[in-house]
Amino acid sequence: MKLEILYFAWVRERIGQPRETIETDAPTVAALVKELSAREERYALAFSDLSALRVAVDQELTDYDATLSDAREIAFFPPMTGG
Amino acid sequence: MQIRVQSAPFDYGTECAVFCADRQDVGAVVTFCGIVRDDGGDLQHMEIEHYPGMTERALTKIAQQAQDRWELLDCMIIHRFGPLEPGERIMMVATASAHRADAFAAADFLMDYLKSRAPFWKKENRPEGSGWVAAKDSDEAALSRW
Repeated sequence: MKLEILYFAWVRERIGQPRETIETDAPTVAALVKELSAREERYALAFSDLSALRVAVDQELTDYDATLSDAREIAFFPPMTGG
Repeated sequence: MQIRVQSAPFDYGTECAVFCADRQDVGAVVTFCGIVRDDGGDLQHMEIEHYPGMTERALTKIAQQAQDRWELLDCMIIHRFGPLEPGERIMMVATASAHRADAFAAADFLMDYLKSRAPFWKKENRPEGSGWVAAKDSDEAALSRW
């Protein structure tokens, strides 16, 4: 399946791009993270401490166990600092 | 309910004055405004990044939760993004109810949820370099109050 992956704040800076489209069969967010981390050092670095990251699937905050069936847009970012 | 996510400045005084100004059933309005604070005296500017699309969804959801929970007659959230100077207004919330308790509680709730559930990130630029503002554990802990 085709997925749009978005990165924000220092995750974006560490990976070096704000978004990308990838082709993957990863069933869950955790599997997708594993797949991306295996690609290149910059991904492994960005995903080295998952407790410091948050993930949204189709613009809804979720966790690493979330399934990716029917998902279109996955976003990775640090804990939010609004207000 | 009004949700606005914008890079342009807003006039806090005007927004407060027009909020619910045409309603006669409102007995209490609470407003809060967040301002770019310069702790060290050397902040050049703050850059606010957000997640277009999710930001509006998250803010709408938070405002809906507040409306479900308290007797609100109206509520408003304005949040800016982009580069901001120290002293500039970042965001505001306004709540209106018949009596003050609901307006106060709902504004407090909106702020707690906005802090850690709305996809905004702040980067501070100083002469010695720039850095992302880290989320505070106390902000996450504040959610358990509700």
